[in-house]
Amino acid sequence: MKNPYIPYPVKLTKVEVATEDKSLRNFEMEFLNPDHAKEFKYLPGQFAELSIAGYGESPIGIASSPTEGDRLLFTVSKAGVVTTKLHNMEVDDVMGVRGPLGNWYPLESMEGKDIVIIAGGYAVTTLRSTMLWLMDPENRKKYGDITFIYGARTPGMLLYRDEMAEWAKRSDINCHITIDKEVPGWEGLVGFVPTITEQVAPKPDNAVSLICGPPVMIKFTQPVLDKLGWQGDQIIMSLENRMKCGIGICGRCNVGPYYVCKDGPVFTKAQLDELPKEY
Amino acid sequence: MPTTNEQIRTTAKKLLEEKTVDCVIGYKKGTVPMREQPFFAYTPEQADELIWSGFCTNNLANFLIGRKDKVAVIAQGCVSRNIVGLIQEKQIRRDQVYIIGLHSPGMLDHWKIQARFPNKRIDQVVEEDDQILVKGPGLEEQVPRKDVRRDNCLTCVQRNPVIYDQLIGEPGQETGGGNIDKVAAPWEQLSSDERWQKFEQSFKDCIRCYACRDACPLCYCNECFVDESHPQWCGKTQEEADVFTFHILRAFHCAGRCTDCGACESACPVGIKMRRLTSKIEKDIRDMYGYQAGMDMEATPPLSVYQPNDPEDFMLK
Amino acid sequence: MSDKILSKTEIGSFLDKIKADYQIHAPVQKDLELVWAPIDQAEELVWEFSNTDLSPKSYFFPQTESLMHFKNNSQDPEGLIMKEESPLEKPRALLNIRPCDAKAFQVLDKVFCRDEKSLDVYWKDKRDKTLLIGLACNNPCPTCFCTSMNCGPHHEEGLDILLTDLGDRLLVHSVTDKGQALTANLSKAGQEDINEASRNKEQAEASITSQVKMDNINSRNVLELYEHPVWDQVHESCINCGTCTYFCPTCHCFDIQDETQGDFGRRVRNWDTCMSWLFTHHTSGHNPRGTKKDRVRQRFMHKFKYMPIKLEGAVGCVGCGRCTRKCPVNIDVREVVSSMNS
Repeated sequence: MKNPYIPYPVKLTKVEVATEDKSLRNFEMEFLNPDHAKEFKYLPGQFAELSIAGYGESPIGIASSPTEGDRLLFTVSKAGVVTTKLHNMEVDDVMGVRGPLGNWYPLESMEGKDIVIIAGGYAVTTLRSTMLWLMDPENRKKYGDITFIYGARTPGMLLYRDEMAEWAKRSDINCHITIDKEVPGWEGLVGFVPTITEQVAPKPDNAVSLICGPPVMIKFTQPVLDKLGWQGDQIIMSLENRMKCGIGICGRCNVGPYYVCKDGPVFTKAQLDELPKEY
Repeated sequence: MPTTNEQIRTTAKKLLEEKTVDCVIGYKKGTVPMREQPFFAYTPEQADELIWSGFCTNNLANFLIGRKDKVAVIAQGCVSRNIVGLIQEKQIRRDQVYIIGLHSPGMLDHWKIQARFPNKRIDQVVEEDDQILVKGPGLEEQVPRKDVRRDNCLTCVQRNPVIYDQLIGEPGQETGGGNIDKVAAPWEQLSSDERWQKFEQSFKDCIRCYACRDACPLCYCNECFVDESHPQWCGKTQEEADVFTFHILRAFHCAGRCTDCGACESACPVGIKMRRLTSKIEKDIRDMYGYQAGMDMEATPPLSVYQPNDPEDFMLK
Repeated sequence: MSDKILSKTEIGSFLDKIKADYQIHAPVQKDLELVWAPIDQAEELVWEFSNTDLSPKSYFFPQTESLMHFKNNSQDPEGLIMKEESPLEKPRALLNIRPCDAKAFQVLDKVFCRDEKSLDVYWKDKRDKTLLIGLACNNPCPTCFCTSMNCGPHHEEGLDILLTDLGDRLLVHSVTDKGQALTANLSKAGQEDINEASRNKEQAEASITSQVKMDNINSRNVLELYEHPVWDQVHESCINCGTCTYFCPTCHCFDIQDETQGDFGRRVRNWDTCMSWLFTHHTSGHNPRGTKKDRVRQRFMHKFKYMPIKLEGAVGCVGCGRCTRKCPVNIDVREVVSSMNS
């Protein structure tokens, strides 16, 4: 009987500041025990509980893609007790990872379709995982057009900026990276994500959209998609809520009858429309 | 001569019909023996359900906090003192509250009543002047009311409301009969070790439900100290250290503010007598500052203010 | 499996048989209260009671339970690596548990042992090692409404053995093989004993006056119930304490925290309540259930709507009435559910 509360021991292999205001850091980690790496089979969209003994756990979306190997990448915002401690940790420090938890983006049912990814701020983490997975040669051919729309406040707040610059060069992806307001030296798009989405005007025909971002972005992007004719079951979102057990037992992360940690965090808009907005 | 219930209902109906208030906060008949339900009457029809009895054991001032409308509230002595306190602490405004004052009959303690009939189920308690009639399967017995009054009511110093917009019934005897200094702090006589033993014994059954805190009109912090995480003042377990920390710190947070209303002890589902702590603290406040919470709107609570010549040798080298 | 009969004078030897493999716990009188405690002799047992105040769920889900511990020392080679706690050593028997409490464990099994990924080993370990010998209610209390909650005063679900008190003797009905094995050597019950127990059951069920209907709750959808006017009214008197949650045999929410003292550290879980504002509070400051109305609504929606949806129809309530008896402001679950159903 596997104990679902015990984290796998890992150690940090890379720590870097991810944004100009230093509020976000990228953490790459590897399992101390290679058998655990084999057990930790995950798909884009899932999350893990980052465990720091003596401080607690924090549920963070997995930013790495399983196509990248055994190491895991998490991009973490400094917010409370656990994440503050994490931001003070260094390469070779030992901590724990519990997971993979939650459901994943329905990549199989998305095969043969066009994919539109709309991301804002640091919610782009699991969508990085998704993009890398989609761009993997084994997978790319199974999907139609891929459109990637991502915005942050300033160029310095864009995550994975260098990687995305490479994506933009690819001919098999339509990349639209934007910042909120004009900044000298920035030659890319300027405008909020909903505005850019309206300009890009992704068509809903045989397409699926993955949206992840702060509530205000979702609020203004939704009407844009409505106008273009997108239906609730084509729009896929990822929620977050306060969590503890991560496996649907402790009772706190529920949205109606469903636990964000177990029945989510990935839900379709059609599903969410039938549920109370407790997230 | 209309009964207290009738007078309360008439008063409430008039206030609601004339839109003097939006809501009348009182009690309605409980669905279990020995406890009435705090009730919010918004219409004259609802006002007909209002009652008053010896089992109105909550502190209705608790329900005033955070309200944006104009409300009337039924308030006996201690509750009216808490209303004064809340106004002093700027949690409510005087013009928001229409106080329907009345003399307290002294509340009843369901633990004491049950203790007289161990193992027997009590289905109903009827109050009859100075007796109560206790009924259940195979049980029908009278008990003198004074024997089962709530502890704090025995030593009450203010049974009449200190402030009101309207008084129901006549003012009555001011005190509960007991000597609050002698009776309120029974552990004062004990040695330090004995006190700790008593304390351990009394609080070990606590299940951290926070009913005492949540029933108390003094505890209105948006973030209670038990919920803070950096720093974390108090652990969340049921282990002694954490339980004791919670109770001791909460008692001190009530210092100089507690009116000894007894709502905490009535709310506690496991019968803990947490007033052992606050009654001692309030006795010290009376001895050191000559102050009793909530008696006088114009008074300044001693622990909320300082004078330039306050002693400071105990904290400065 | 035929029913057996056990004279109250023979209980001692029945207990001896159980004691060989199990540590026995039962409700016993301690001062004014009826509490669960280990027992050794038949004389300690109580036969006339309604129910304990606190439910026996602590036997499987203690209020405070260490999940794992670690050496709080990064220099140590094993430092900061979590070690599981030891499983339960000695099996236990819960004697004279009421059918509602036993049924509650069945409901909670669906929560704690949902599937392979959500298998709470701490709950399961203790459940597997505990025998449940129930005592049927001959005199349900006025606040009981178990018959409305897929349960009843003589309900067998979740028990290994059901005892029915016939005065000077007990009818012993085995429900599971474990129970059967334990009662194999008792004398067979006569038809009269069986009939008397049957009459007790009928009388007990008929005496339950609180009927709580859930037909409309079952047929309405989530958002309809969510917007029901009952929430505006019931939340006002609620003081958002945890009394109902902690006394309830089917409430299962908990919090997980790390604690350290010097070189020792542990990850501990404690009962938590959805009544607390902190329960759903995001570190960012956002709180999806930020108002009292949200939280009060959550508790009832969870138990009477969300759980049946998620757990194949299992209601998060067994009608024991503890919440109603203990609530400091007398919020009556029967009234609330009836309002939800109206």
